[in-house]
Amino acid sequence: MLKIDRRLIRNFDWATFSLVILLSIIGIMTIYSATRPLLPNEQPAFHIKQIYWLLIGMSALFLIVSFDYIWLSRFASPLYAAGIVLLLAVLIAGKTGMGAQRWLNIGPLSFQPSEFFRLIFIIFISRYFITVQDRMSLISMLKSFLMFTFIPLVILIKQPDLGTAIILLIMFLSISLAKGLQKKVIALLIILGIISIPFIGNIFWEGLKDYQKNRLIAFMEPDADPAGIGYHINQSKVAIGAGGFLGKGYLHGTQGPFRFLPEKQTDFIFAVFAEEWGLFGSVFLLLVYLALILRGLDTALKAKDEFGKLLASGITFMFSTYFFINVGMTLGIMPVVGIPLPFMSYGGTALLSNFIAAGILINIRARRYELFY
Amino acid sequence: MINNNRDSIRIASLVIIGLFILFTIRLWQLQVLQGKEYRKISTENMLRIIKIPAPRGIIYDRNGIPLVKNSPYFYASLMPEHLENVDINSLAEILGLNSVDLYAKINKKRLNPFEPIKLKESLTFAEIAAVEARRSDFPGLIIDIDMSREYLYGDVGAHLIGYLGKINPSQSKDPEFRDVPPDAFIGQWGAELLFDRTLRGTFGERIIEVDALGREIRPLQDKPPVKGDDLRLSIDINLQKAAEELYADRAGALVALNPNTGEVLGFVSKPSFDPNKFARGISYDQWIELNQDKKLPMLNRALQSQYPPGSTFKIVTATAALNEGVITPETKVNCSGGINYGTWRFGCWKKNGHGTISLHRAIVESCDVYFYEAGKRVGIDKLAEYARRLGLGSETGLPLVKERAGLIPDTKWKLEKRNQQWYLGETFNAAIGQGYVAVTPMQMAQLMSAVANGGFIYSPTIIKLETLPSPARKADVKPETLELVKNGLYGVVNEAGGTGGASRSKIVTVGGKTGTAQVVGIRKSSNLLPERFRDHAWFVAFAPVEKTEIALCAFVEHGGHGGGAAAPIAKLAIEGYFKNKGAERIQGSKEQKKDKNAEN
Repeated sequence: MLKIDRRLIRNFDWATFSLVILLSIIGIMTIYSATRPLLPNEQPAFHIKQIYWLLIGMSALFLIVSFDYIWLSRFASPLYAAGIVLLLAVLIAGKTGMGAQRWLNIGPLSFQPSEFFRLIFIIFISRYFITVQDRMSLISMLKSFLMFTFIPLVILIKQPDLGTAIILLIMFLSISLAKGLQKKVIALLIILGIISIPFIGNIFWEGLKDYQKNRLIAFMEPDADPAGIGYHINQSKVAIGAGGFLGKGYLHGTQGPFRFLPEKQTDFIFAVFAEEWGLFGSVFLLLVYLALILRGLDTALKAKDEFGKLLASGITFMFSTYFFINVGMTLGIMPVVGIPLPFMSYGGTALLSNFIAAGILINIRARRYELFY
Repeated sequence: MINNNRDSIRIASLVIIGLFILFTIRLWQLQVLQGKEYRKISTENMLRIIKIPAPRGIIYDRNGIPLVKNSPYFYASLMPEHLENVDINSLAEILGLNSVDLYAKINKKRLNPFEPIKLKESLTFAEIAAVEARRSDFPGLIIDIDMSREYLYGDVGAHLIGYLGKINPSQSKDPEFRDVPPDAFIGQWGAELLFDRTLRGTFGERIIEVDALGREIRPLQDKPPVKGDDLRLSIDINLQKAAEELYADRAGALVALNPNTGEVLGFVSKPSFDPNKFARGISYDQWIELNQDKKLPMLNRALQSQYPPGSTFKIVTATAALNEGVITPETKVNCSGGINYGTWRFGCWKKNGHGTISLHRAIVESCDVYFYEAGKRVGIDKLAEYARRLGLGSETGLPLVKERAGLIPDTKWKLEKRNQQWYLGETFNAAIGQGYVAVTPMQMAQLMSAVANGGFIYSPTIIKLETLPSPARKADVKPETLELVKNGLYGVVNEAGGTGGASRSKIVTVGGKTGTAQVVGIRKSSNLLPERFRDHAWFVAFAPVEKTEIALCAFVEHGGHGGGAAAPIAKLAIEGYFKNKGAERIQGSKEQKKDKNAEN
């Protein structure tokens, strides 16, 4: 049976755990404020559902911590295969939301396989990279991209879940960097990136759906049509700006509950928070995320083996990427890409997946001294 | 090997910290530097200010008869957030609108994305029924009720009463209209425009907190509208109706004044227009049609058309000559049907002449030769001075439209404008109201009023006066002079051979003067000419002669002879006025009788 090591309890990463619990509680409070009823006949239950998911997430976290993360490397391939199957299932049978298929219905539950796949992808790539000797050459980089990244990328773009696809690409590059690339590969990537911007930009543009094009136009020129495509960004800036230095106070924000801000309990939850807590609260929240990220990178540095290191960097980069894209979008300095804010946005699958990811981080840190298992 | 990637993680940490600093700067920018601005927008987001139109004041005639009323009508509007769910083409079909126009209305840039878009006003019951039957197909479609102005007498008195129109962009910027919402109707013409402030009342205001779907969350403030004040015009609608009916299709103008106050009792400009067409917004096509109509229905002929006054001007010549003492009532002139001046012949309208004639009969029979002589004796400059003293040659000051001043020529004018000396022949022409002389119907009514009241020029007003009129300007004419002229004018109507017999009334004694303004030089029987070459007909009149209550000028464009075309209209207008007054009097005397009976 399961044996809980004493050292495991002593080395349990309470810091990471507290930070994610803190973020989740702030998230639930903000979800409630964003969806609180204005008229007596409304009964939104978003925050209640999120509390259930938080409890499920915490259980999952402890479960993950109790196994050595080495197990993950053993199951990396079957997990990856299962993930691809689920993504394909969504593509075939998924229900459409916002012109995009992301959910899969299993009985009463509907969940987003892509939320899990990003994690599976990190585990799998990390597992694959430890087989590569020394710094990565161009050949091994291309090989791993074509073999393991290209297929899920195509499926995600096809869904289309552009947000997760971008995340996946960034994950691939950042884990490669964490693994270490040959200097000429880095140089080549930089040159390639610069040259291909207009070229890829064009193909990319043609392949976008109208709502995606509109988001980009709105990002470039938010004031062009305040009631139309620039509406999201403008209302988000209004919400954040209206917070001022100290905020309007908890449950006194209006942009969210009055529905001027779309996607208020999911993608734009940071704006709802910033309206109520002001610069003061927002900077505090940024510091909480910064602490979580730096702690994750520290875990990567301290990991006992390369798999742990790559896994911890991958997970932390994932949190960072989600955080920067999401908050950058609400601040109007990045285009609107529909991805949630980790631990705070409403959404069960994402919360569960993030708690599992946090569990893996805690797992790696707790087992950093166990060199000879 | 593990050490290899320590560096990349350290670099990543630095990049991440850098991004955090960038985000903090951005937060500072939004929340501290622009915070106040965004706070204001977020507050305004939730507030919807609904302007509640105030019932407009009712316009009455001088006797308290209502001329307008406010009647309810239905209109359709659409909440813009439901646009995506509405099939615009079938909506256009149901509302009987052109779908291109409807798209244009919907796509017009709006300030507030949640403000309902007005689609169509004055819906018929059939349209409302059609919309209601398919309610569920058109979410966000609102049928609501509003008030519109109804002009009870249609085109009667339209030039004076005026009409309403949507407030235009330049008016919206005017502080005078600060409280008026952008789609509101305000007075745009006539009394509706002049007294808009009085009639308009104060818009009510309901401020409610709304969410982005436009749902009312809670009311914040409720200020009921204040009805506009009523307005009592000086016109008599019975007089107005009587006069306008007689004009029928003819063009012209009639102005009737109370000579003791300057109140406008009747104000006709024909052809007229129906102000009801404007009440809910006139369509572009209708507006073009009105403005391109060859009959010029939008031209205010009482104030804006100027013509030679013809023989009505002999009132001025007679007054000037008598007052200056260059003729007396006994002065006799021999009319042989015309006089020769150089190579020119100045004829009298009566080719065989009037024989030896004195002032009274010269007025009665409108002898041209007598007035050539009188004009010659007075001289053009004195004649012009008297014309001006009696109110000609300058605006009367009725602010309805941009008024024309007319023209009273003299030697100075001719030298300045034509750079020519004045010829005596031109004095002859001026003395009988032809040639350069030009007047408006309004000016002639004022002149008639001044002659009737003993030489006082009151500023005209379209409001019934409850107090004494503002002091009048004195024309400085001896009362005896005016008495003599008035006697002549009485004769015109009531004596045998008088040119104005057509305005003789059994109800009241009328005095007046005919006038026929030549359009072409040849004197022919007017009826044989095409209408556009026919003479203009004038008639100025006052009644009762003894103690005058009404003075008027009737003008018929291309009407032919003044005595034939204009005099009957003047008579009907006068009778229209006194019939109404008579009714009051009869009632009054009955009550007196009752009192007497009671005493007995």
